[in-house]
Amino acid sequence: MARALTHLERLEAESIHIIREVVAETDNPVMLYSVGKDSAVMLHLAKKAFYPSPPPFPLLHVDTTWKFKAMYDLRDKAAKDAGMELLVYQNEEAKERGINPFDHGPLHTDMWKTEGLKQALNLYNFDAAFGGARRDEEKSRAKERVFSFRSASHGWDPKNQRPELWNLYNAKKAKGESIRIFPISNWTELDIWQYIQLNKIEIVPLYFSAPRPVVERDGLLIMVDDERMPLKDGEVPEMRSIRFRTLGCYPLTGAVESEAATLSEVIQEMLLTTTSERQGRAIDKDAGDGSMEKKKQEGYF
Amino acid sequence: MNDVQNPIYKTDALIAEDIDKYLDAHQHKTMLRFITCGSVDDGKSTLIGRLLYDSKMIFEDQLEALQADSKRVGTQGQEIDFALLVDGLAAEREQGITIDVAYRFFTTEKRKFIVADTPGHEQYTRNMVTGASTADLAVILIDARKGVLVQTRRHSYLAQLVGIRNIVLAVNKMDLVDYDQSAYLDIVQDYREFAAQIGITDFTAIPISGFKGDNVTDRSANTPWYDGPTLMEHLESVEVSADADLAKPFRMPVQWVNRPNLDFRGFSGLISGGTVKPGDAVRIVPSGKTSTVKSIVTFDGDLTEAQAGQSVTITLDDEVDCSRGSVIAAADSPPQVADQFEATVVWMADEALLPGRSYWLKLATQTVSASLQAPKYAVDVNTMEHLAAKTLDLNAIGVAELVTDKPIAFLPYKDEDGTLNKTLGGFILIDKITNQTVGAGMLHFALRRSQNVHWQALDITREARAGMKNQEPKVLWFTGLSGSGKSTIANLVEKRLHRMNRHSFLLDGDNVRHGLNKDLGFTDTDRIENIRRVGEVARLMTDAGLIVVTAFISPFRAEREMVRQMCAEGEFVEVFIDTPLSVAEERDVKGLYKKARAGDLKNFTGIDSPYEVPEAPELRIDTTKMTAEEAADRIVEYVLGW
Repeated sequence: MARALTHLERLEAESIHIIREVVAETDNPVMLYSVGKDSAVMLHLAKKAFYPSPPPFPLLHVDTTWKFKAMYDLRDKAAKDAGMELLVYQNEEAKERGINPFDHGPLHTDMWKTEGLKQALNLYNFDAAFGGARRDEEKSRAKERVFSFRSASHGWDPKNQRPELWNLYNAKKAKGESIRIFPISNWTELDIWQYIQLNKIEIVPLYFSAPRPVVERDGLLIMVDDERMPLKDGEVPEMRSIRFRTLGCYPLTGAVESEAATLSEVIQEMLLTTTSERQGRAIDKDAGDGSMEKKKQEGYF
Repeated sequence: MNDVQNPIYKTDALIAEDIDKYLDAHQHKTMLRFITCGSVDDGKSTLIGRLLYDSKMIFEDQLEALQADSKRVGTQGQEIDFALLVDGLAAEREQGITIDVAYRFFTTEKRKFIVADTPGHEQYTRNMVTGASTADLAVILIDARKGVLVQTRRHSYLAQLVGIRNIVLAVNKMDLVDYDQSAYLDIVQDYREFAAQIGITDFTAIPISGFKGDNVTDRSANTPWYDGPTLMEHLESVEVSADADLAKPFRMPVQWVNRPNLDFRGFSGLISGGTVKPGDAVRIVPSGKTSTVKSIVTFDGDLTEAQAGQSVTITLDDEVDCSRGSVIAAADSPPQVADQFEATVVWMADEALLPGRSYWLKLATQTVSASLQAPKYAVDVNTMEHLAAKTLDLNAIGVAELVTDKPIAFLPYKDEDGTLNKTLGGFILIDKITNQTVGAGMLHFALRRSQNVHWQALDITREARAGMKNQEPKVLWFTGLSGSGKSTIANLVEKRLHRMNRHSFLLDGDNVRHGLNKDLGFTDTDRIENIRRVGEVARLMTDAGLIVVTAFISPFRAEREMVRQMCAEGEFVEVFIDTPLSVAEERDVKGLYKKARAGDLKNFTGIDSPYEVPEAPELRIDTTKMTAEEAADRIVEYVLGW
């Protein structure tokens, strides 16, 4: 029986429409897969968009070698379950120079993620890359188009964006140019969590609370995920009941103390909490005001 | 206003008490998309910031940052500047204005909202049309101190143009007129008179203060004379126009053909109207073939019925021809098919519309070549007057006829009964060279002549004609500066072809302008029409089996590309007669460069009008390195495939 669609049904249909348009109108698309909850939803939408075919593009993980172990485990499993090829790219130069988040600060993100992504896109000649960014995450993202154009050097020009009317997307581009596509632009954090719950999408267990070894640094709770983490004088990892609201490189990702061990509890905590999602990320704090916009102009996703 | 130091979070009590029950309720919320429009300083960003704040979409860390920012760059003294929440990009923060369309999200107990924040100043019509294209409702902001302004009229006109039915007139900054009822009523009356002129018969007026919060989410004690809904109450209860799509006949533009193996062939798309069930009779448009729906396939299992707004994959009982761009529709009520239309067009690029130029037109999942005639008229968005216009500049709106290179499935954007067909009536125009989206439009209707003029099938085919001449038809398209040697070389080429018993014909720029094109001048528009006509003539001659040689400056890539598209695959040969400007000017056979330099000749290519060098011509003749005779030999060899 026909009825008013819910907001989640509308969002799902819109995202699937976007993903299919990209496949129909670009030559060599790829889906950036960061293993986080937003990536998990985006991957699920891709599976829905093309069922019974597997999504007709590979997954690309731009690896920094510093992700949580649990993320690597789910990454490989999720790609296998979806029947998709998984490409893992690590910036060779960053590897050789031993770039790490402890000694190199912002350079870590710049080389592993921003440069790594550009190198990977160039290596495989991808002309379209799906990303899981949402407009509600950050102010500069609120103004970015669903189809966002990048110059041959991967730069973003916020003042020269194509108007997007109705659900018509212009995917025409010159040789060498590429498009970043954000199919879940209009989703909020709550939408993501609810969709995960309704569709029983597997996510990294780190989103759920458990006793884990942490140290407190610069106001962030950092989990000691492996032996590479250098401990400062007097730092002793202690077991605390923690979970993560966002996932990235473990030394840069702050945990929150929590007892939320189920999806419902996580959502409840999210709704009752009073700090925004990206706050747990050291990366946004580098350059103060407008730092994400600057990163994006340089080619960060 | 609320105490900034102790923000009141109106947390839904249910979240803490019974999260699963809350989620179940939230899951069944509907969605409303709306836009806010107002002039600079009408308080748009402040109002949106207020809605986010009041619906507790602002977190403590954001609030802290906001308080710090408010003190540093805010315009509200020590008080909180909500606009800073919304003004995203660094560049516009510096300027203190919003420069683009931004999307915001908030949720209340009843609905999820997506707000398009669109800027109000003059040069940004395109942004407002963009934001309005997906909106169910428009909030038109008026500064209570200023009343109905030119901008108010413009915003209302644009909202009405893209078909927004729900208009809210938010009379803002009531605090600055001491909540004076008569000031409010005067503005509402002014607006009602204006709105009626442009066909807005119904709107909801609300006196508010975005800054102080009056009648935004909470009923204000300052306006005891007002007994209507608060802005939020209205947004939560207004009927969503998307539901109207359900009542339409079934239609789904095909995005992608799903073919995992030989046994499965499905058509994927987003249903734009109506409902569909297995067993329903459908028609594929434009081909007109009919079939029956076999199944509606989704990841979550086959459906017994699907409806407008859902993305699905449909399989059919028959192996009918159906691909991206086709529309699967209810068999008894398919969309129309045509290739000539009248449309309203909003121009969105710095470079003005060039009538006659070929652009990509994308409508639903169909992409075709299209060209527009000179507008019948442009609309002054401030006075709604119809103005004579030869073109459309950035942010101009006009009505024009357009022609596509093949028939497309479509519906009028606004039906006579008021039904909106955004998916099959709205289109964008894309520049073929820069790939920018340069315009957007709404189809009114198909032109009758397109329905009545049919292609006459010819018994003698072009292949038969060419075969009789024992040659392959070609168009040798010479392009280059005036005085580059086009005509000279073209003549030599034709002489050689003639000597070898090849049937050719030379179309020369100067000669054609004495006859076929004597009504055309040298403006960009006329130059395009000149080339279009010559292209059509050349194409007819290739149908007759001839080798056509043309000698036209043809300075624009887009038009050379247009002629290439007119011709059969491989028949168009672009011959770039490459002579440096200095050399051509020195020769100046016809004395034209001298005149142009003296200012006696306007729009002269190379002097005050650009020449766009071919990027990948089939042949490039460097006249500084070879004689005209050598050049002719080279071209003839190429044509005859030696």
